[in-house]
Amino acid sequence: MKNSIIRKLLSAAVISSATVSTNISAQNLSVTITNLTHGLAFTPALVAAHDTSGNLFDTGSAASANLQAMAEGGALSGLQNDLDAITATHTSAGAPLMAGSSVTLTLNTDTAPANTKLSVVAMMLPTNDGFIGLDAADIPAAAGTYTFYLNAYDAGTEANDELITGGGAPGVAGIPGDPGAMAGSGATGGVAGTDSNNNVHVHRGAIGDDDLSGGNSDLDNTVHRWLNPVARVTLVVK
Amino acid sequence: MKNFFKRLCIKTAFSATAVLLLGSHISGCSNSSSSPPAPDTGDDPISYEVSVINATNNQPISPVAVITHNAGYSLWSIGSAASTELEYIAEGGSNSQLMDSLDSEDATAVSGKGAIGPGGSETISITAGASEQTRITVLGMLVNTNDAFSGIRSVDVSALASGESISLNASVYDAGTEINSESSGTMPGPADGGEGFNAARSDTSNIVRYHGGVVSADDGLSASVLDQSHRFDNPALVITITRI
Repeated sequence: MKNSIIRKLLSAAVISSATVSTNISAQNLSVTITNLTHGLAFTPALVAAHDTSGNLFDTGSAASANLQAMAEGGALSGLQNDLDAITATHTSAGAPLMAGSSVTLTLNTDTAPANTKLSVVAMMLPTNDGFIGLDAADIPAAAGTYTFYLNAYDAGTEANDELITGGGAPGVAGIPGDPGAMAGSGATGGVAGTDSNNNVHVHRGAIGDDDLSGGNSDLDNTVHRWLNPVARVTLVVK
Repeated sequence: MKNFFKRLCIKTAFSATAVLLLGSHISGCSNSSSSPPAPDTGDDPISYEVSVINATNNQPISPVAVITHNAGYSLWSIGSAASTELEYIAEGGSNSQLMDSLDSEDATAVSGKGAIGPGGSETISITAGASEQTRITVLGMLVNTNDAFSGIRSVDVSALASGESISLNASVYDAGTEINSESSGTMPGPADGGEGFNAARSDTSNIVRYHGGVVSADDGLSASVLDQSHRFDNPALVITITRI
């Protein structure tokens, strides 16, 4: 996270300094997250408005330990501590978000007008270390409704074995579970070994199989596959 | 065509540029120089050309429905059950039920002439039936699927000036009305020649959401009659709307 923060500061500040200086203002924000997938659930999402001194993840860079904990098990406390360290304004959903469902969260940056970047992350279940991600999108100063479509990312920290073992702790193989209760069990072998790309990258998708009591994967290939985008974030600036 | 020339006459009265460009056409306007220009009330019918390109590898698109409609109309919503009219399109590629259901005050619909094959395209002309019809929805079925459709919903075209166009990539949606078995007899397209509409709601969840893609027998769904050629990714359609 710290390295990530510094890199982001260097890479983003130069490009966007002109706009940052113009859109600093206190804002009431409503953030609606919609799960667009056919059959995956999202763990409770973390939604943050923050400044340019940090961010939650960088595509092409190694995941922080706290991002890994979110991506492999849905744990948010580490990322929340990171956000507190940069005086971000953040909140999180109270329950998993099922396929097709939406949740609306609010942020108020009255006391932190420099928090003009919006980030959203949540783990996708059942996956090994897949997550939805919005990385430091500009929060427009003008009142209005703005829509972002999110891709699925692979944290690059765990083999995509697609075996539901309950393993959600960082570094522990396997998938914690399937809130949608559509997954199988008893698969052997596992679909995929270690990621070729150990940095955060666009997820190559789940494989699954058509044998819910065995096979190579506990995922159902007619239910748990997805195509991007996997989530829609609707930001209302009031 | 009559309205088109009426519009020309009104515009030329206001715009020197238009007069220059259109000077050879305005001779038919009998009163353009002798009467004050009629105010543009905004009630003139507005026409659009909608071009639809099928960007898939092997998924013909059923005859496309193009609808101009008011802001209060929405054909589908993520997380909500599909209407029966949408189910007819998504499962069977039939848009006549939707066309028949529309209130002419709220919506105007035109159907494409036929299916659009992979790599093919069609341009469909439509004239909004009322000035309030400032949104456009376009959709068709991916016929080698159980209930997948692609399109754009409720695109606000009120800011389009004459001659301007917008181009949009259309993702693929799962109507949520039929289980994605890909099995023999369940899909109306040429890959199967099976059933189209069936009123039963047999998907794992009866809601519209994004499609996860077809699996195919080549990629691990042994009961599928689809092969690798039928797989698709987003976007499936490229849709360009031009205000005439």
